[in-house]
Amino acid sequence: MEVVQIQRTLMDYTKSLFMEGLLDSQFLQLQQLQDESNPDFVVEVVSLFFDDSEKLLNELTIALDQPSVDFKKVDSYVHQLKGSSSSIGAQRVKNACVAFRNFCQVQNIEGCLTCLQQVKQEYYLVKNKLETLFRLEQQIVTSGGSIPMIEMGF
Amino acid sequence: MVMAGESQFHVLAVDDSIIDRKIIQTLLKTLSYQVTTVDSGAKALEFLGLHQDDTTNPNTPSPPNNHQEVEVNLVITDYCMPGMTGYDLLKKIKESSLRNMPVVIMSSENVPSRITRCLEEGAEEFFLKPVRLSDLSKLRPLMLKTKLKDQNQKQEEKAAFQSPKLQQVEQKQQPSNDDKGKAIDEGLSPEKKN
Repeated sequence: MEVVQIQRTLMDYTKSLFMEGLLDSQFLQLQQLQDESNPDFVVEVVSLFFDDSEKLLNELTIALDQPSVDFKKVDSYVHQLKGSSSSIGAQRVKNACVAFRNFCQVQNIEGCLTCLQQVKQEYYLVKNKLETLFRLEQQIVTSGGSIPMIEMGF
Repeated sequence: MVMAGESQFHVLAVDDSIIDRKIIQTLLKTLSYQVTTVDSGAKALEFLGLHQDDTTNPNTPSPPNNHQEVEVNLVITDYCMPGMTGYDLLKKIKESSLRNMPVVIMSSENVPSRITRCLEEGAEEFFLKPVRLSDLSKLRPLMLKTKLKDQNQKQEEKAAFQSPKLQQVEQKQQPSNDDKGKAIDEGLSPEKKN
């Protein structure tokens, strides 16, 4: 495939992620911080996000599986996940966390379990999409092309 | 434009989130600041050369950056951290010999009472997360202001040593004071008799 074609695919793919609300402008902010002196910045931050999130989702699963649930602890994990997803622009994960915290605050175990499922779903979805995005970028770079900057004109 | 020193400004960023530390470090480096990141308030105090209980010294003279090996020009800290919160850290700094250090708070939550509390305790700014480059461009004037304040303070301390000489100069230059002096004496004498 020609570089130009892959670049176009990448542009369209990235735009669709914004349209679907998976990513918000914070992700763009991160892309804008990436340059020749910091060429892998976005991949590095997002990788940290993946590692951190998987740990938190694990902890949440364990915490909600206890005979007596410590809602404060659960809320603290969700707060962390909300923060990190917000920092990388993973909008739907962040929104799912907001809903989750509401159930923590009223100590509703069923609500929390449902929200955990929701957060996991959103997380794995955005993870999959971002990994695809990075693969497209990699293809462009190895073909000698440069990653096009997306314009938020829509 | 005043050049406040040849060296770069050095910012100490405090955040328990590894993701946020990476982002803030990159943002600050983009603005050409020297950056150190730590993951807790305790580590921040250590880096600043303050001990955790070293907060009750209101009378220590504050030559800038007295205890530090490395000069820090501003502290930017997350609010919500386990153990010592950003507010606790702010308080400790403001009660120490580094009370002139500008401190900025970041938070993911928009809680008006929290913002007020921090500003009242002496925080220069409060940024909502995710923090943007445009927010951080507000830091330079804060650091410049403190550097200028420190420079002026040094000049004042110098001037204080010179005041006896200044007094001699004043006496020579104010003959009109004699009249005032007489008036005062006349005013006083009836009182003295009583």
